[in-house]
Amino acid sequence: METRAFQRIYTRIEQITKATCTVRATGVGYEELAMVAGRAAQVVKIIEDQATLQVFAGTEGIPTNAEVVFMGKSPTLKVGDALAGRFFNAYGQPIDTGPEVEGEEREIGGPSVNPVRRKQPSELITTGIAGIDLNNTLVTGQKIPFFADPDQPFNQVMAMVALRAKADKIILGGIGLTNDDYLYFKNVFENAGALHRIISFVNTTEDPPVERLLVPDMALTAAEYFAVEKKEKVLALLTDMTLYADALSIVSNRMDQIPSKDSMPGSLYSDLAKLYEKAVQFEEGGSITIIAVTTLSGGDITHAIPDNTGYITEGQLFLRRDTEIGKVIVDPFRSLSRLKQLVIGKKTRADHPQVMNAAVRLYADAANARTKLENGFDLTDYDERALEFAREYSRELLAIDVNIDTEKMLEVAWMLFGRYFSQAEVGIKQELMDQYWPKE
Amino acid sequence: MKETAQHTKGKVSGIIANLVIVQVDGPVAQNEICYIRHSGTALMAEVIKVLGDKAYVQVFESTRGLQPGMEVDFAGHMLEAALGPGILSKNYDGLMHDLDAMTGVFLERGEYTDAFDMGRQWEFRPLAGVGDTVEAGSWLGEVDENNIPHKIMAPFKLEGQYTVKSIARAGTYGVQDHIAILTGHDGREIPVSMVQHWPVKKAVKAYVRKPRPFKLLETGVRTIDTLNPIVEGGTGFIPGPFGSGKTVMQQAISKQAEADIVIVAACGERANEVVDLFTEFPELDDPWTGRKLMERTTIIANTSNMPVAAREASVYTAMAIAEYYRSMGLKVLLLADSTSRWAQALREMSNRMEELPGPDAFPMDLPAIISNFYSRAGIVYLKNGRTGSITFIGTVSPAGGNLKEPVTESTKKVARCFYALSQQRADSKRYPAIDPIESYSKYLEYPELQETLNQQISPGWVGQVEELKNILLRGKEAAEQINILGDDGVSVDTHLIFWKSEVVDAIILQQDAFDEVDARSPLRRQKYMVDKVLAVAQTELAFDSYEEVNPYFKRVIAALKQMNYSEFESPGFRQYEEELQGILEERKPG
Repeated sequence: METRAFQRIYTRIEQITKATCTVRATGVGYEELAMVAGRAAQVVKIIEDQATLQVFAGTEGIPTNAEVVFMGKSPTLKVGDALAGRFFNAYGQPIDTGPEVEGEEREIGGPSVNPVRRKQPSELITTGIAGIDLNNTLVTGQKIPFFADPDQPFNQVMAMVALRAKADKIILGGIGLTNDDYLYFKNVFENAGALHRIISFVNTTEDPPVERLLVPDMALTAAEYFAVEKKEKVLALLTDMTLYADALSIVSNRMDQIPSKDSMPGSLYSDLAKLYEKAVQFEEGGSITIIAVTTLSGGDITHAIPDNTGYITEGQLFLRRDTEIGKVIVDPFRSLSRLKQLVIGKKTRADHPQVMNAAVRLYADAANARTKLENGFDLTDYDERALEFAREYSRELLAIDVNIDTEKMLEVAWMLFGRYFSQAEVGIKQELMDQYWPKE
Repeated sequence: MKETAQHTKGKVSGIIANLVIVQVDGPVAQNEICYIRHSGTALMAEVIKVLGDKAYVQVFESTRGLQPGMEVDFAGHMLEAALGPGILSKNYDGLMHDLDAMTGVFLERGEYTDAFDMGRQWEFRPLAGVGDTVEAGSWLGEVDENNIPHKIMAPFKLEGQYTVKSIARAGTYGVQDHIAILTGHDGREIPVSMVQHWPVKKAVKAYVRKPRPFKLLETGVRTIDTLNPIVEGGTGFIPGPFGSGKTVMQQAISKQAEADIVIVAACGERANEVVDLFTEFPELDDPWTGRKLMERTTIIANTSNMPVAAREASVYTAMAIAEYYRSMGLKVLLLADSTSRWAQALREMSNRMEELPGPDAFPMDLPAIISNFYSRAGIVYLKNGRTGSITFIGTVSPAGGNLKEPVTESTKKVARCFYALSQQRADSKRYPAIDPIESYSKYLEYPELQETLNQQISPGWVGQVEELKNILLRGKEAAEQINILGDDGVSVDTHLIFWKSEVVDAIILQQDAFDEVDARSPLRRQKYMVDKVLAVAQTELAFDSYEEVNPYFKRVIAALKQMNYSEFESPGFRQYEEELQGILEERKPG
């Protein structure tokens, strides 16, 4: 972002806060990019000839006579096939050893897709993890976050899902990623021999927090290029969106906005929706699927960030350590994929929906039995069987180290039904029972 | 609003997100529409505050690139909807621009399309004659819109009485052709075409009176129709945490309800959900007429990534369209998902204008705005004696699933039906997750509705519904006792009470929205199953110990459930019914 001839330069900064500065200038456009003492900034408010700029890297050390150069455009990314395999920072500048990317310059955070030009998502994404494929099936064009506490292995599971998902491009938006996790992603992708189809935009914990606001838009602008222009299946990974929301609240706080719930800006819902809604299935075949991470504090999903996210995304995935089997499982109660109805029983075997529901219901019966047990009550024979079923179900299907195809998952479920229950207890449509109930 | 004589102009002087401050050179009105000129396009905006010669306008588009000094033209009127034949089957944005008529894959700023085909010809039949006295909303003629008799009415903006000076003969006319000329008392002549404009934030009052609702609106959803019915012209709301099935619920109602016209306002929700409607409605049959669902439906889509200010407008646009069709004597069902997003849009603007906030940073007048909106629903007697109705059901997305938040509380004060979605039911996959005990329909207490229900379904129906509710309530108490005292700490009777309520829950409350047969349960079938379930509850059964109760009732439920999954009165249905009879015989005392 070097300065060029005929750019308007101003040197009278009238007000400086931790994240913003205000300069007297004319002919400034809303959301225009500027350089303040060499740091990237963006116009967030204009009142007559006073433009307020949000300085991404913070305002430490900026003097009132600093040079402010307006670039005449909002932040952009150069898109092209050369993006593949590269690592960039929040401004879209390379952080690997490669050259600058040449390509068409596009404004980030562009317009929304006309809803009538979207196609109904209908293509299954298989991951081999039964907690996902069987109970919470993912579909191209979907947006879904992991709701996880910081100590859970969400980045590992996400990397695993990304590599197994058969996407044409994987775009990683690292938002406040720790350096260790950044290197982890890099290694996993490298070892899988998948680097050529991966593009990363990374802001680590070492970088200024407000810069994070650019990362998802950069990642999704690249995603749109490959999905629209190249008609590719793109998988965008955004981790961790909680840090994105935190950055939003920092800026709104510095601009004296009245906070709403949990000190978050009142526009949090719209701000998050604008990103997540970039997930789309195009008629021409390209698609953008977003898998995100929203870290929770102590599993609290009523906090404004997970709460607003839950209303925007098409379901959520919860990880939980099952102490009975000592493994991490995808929690069947709290996880949900809203788009699964579009594919299960249609793209998968006809018994899929009912098997899935019956298994979860029986698993719930086991949870009730466990409560009874903990309260010191006697268990019925049914309770005992439900508990045993739950252990097997957890080990054979819910654990994240399972890697089998969907047909096999259904077979395992039927086998467990037959082993522990009678047909009346399972309560599936009779014609399906007749077809799939395990023969002695 | 009086239209301003000369059109005021202005210049942009400030920009804060989608709030723009305009320096004006003449009179402006609150809520007046203006257009900001920005490199070849005109961006639509609405005045929301005036301070001296500064008008604060909310822009219905992204404000990226706007600069101080850009020119602004004021339109001289409020946000208006164009009303006329051709609205049905259309997909609109929040400002009633036809989404299908837009060219690109992405929404272009300032691309405003007509609400319907202004060049289209319609087969017109006159209903009024020369010399007739008419007023706002009087039926002048009709055209056939998707097999629905679409009335061409005297404009809603008319005040007082007019005489029909001339009316077109039956024949083919363009939407914008004059089909009548009306003369006022002062001799002024008003030409009328098939199109009229109405400011969406004002209620259409072209009716004589609004009685209390008295007719059931069948939805095919058992837990609604049987336990907490919604009525023609009624209001209801569905609050629930995410994942509790609000949207599935609303979609089921929109597909199955006994309405002539369905208007869906997708307000700040997921785009893929709207795509579901776009994809499915042209394929699905309307269970009442056998025609395609899309033919009776209009969708207003302001998805969550579309501009926030247009989100607020979208619910009003939807209501104005509903009022237009109600004035034709039709039964209109209006669904808004979700009214919380609309309230949030209000909050964002209020915040940008630096107003002192009310609870949770929402504007102070939020309760008034909500109640005003709900009050536009209702069944009405038109001036010609016919009835028309708008039944309104809104969803609410309470922050953190907490029902003690401003939007839920304000809505609860005005909506007469409350469908509480329970997280606990959703977690245990008991769908629809409407809590039978928390939820209510105030209409069930209306004697006028009780009377029509007993007539329409069967004498004593309301009594049966009360009995179902009692069984559920007693079952809940029994469940608590069992939880506290343990299975063997309570009598077998307590187990029986619990399991009888489980039968009601599994067979009447739970319904599989994704099963072809079970998804929609017509009233006659609901009545039949209620009789069956009550018969089970009244059957005397003998057990030696509580351990026999659970497996026994699982069989009862399984048989009844298979009945729900079978075509009504089919051989399969009868077979499971016999099976059930057999099961009941096993435990006859003595």
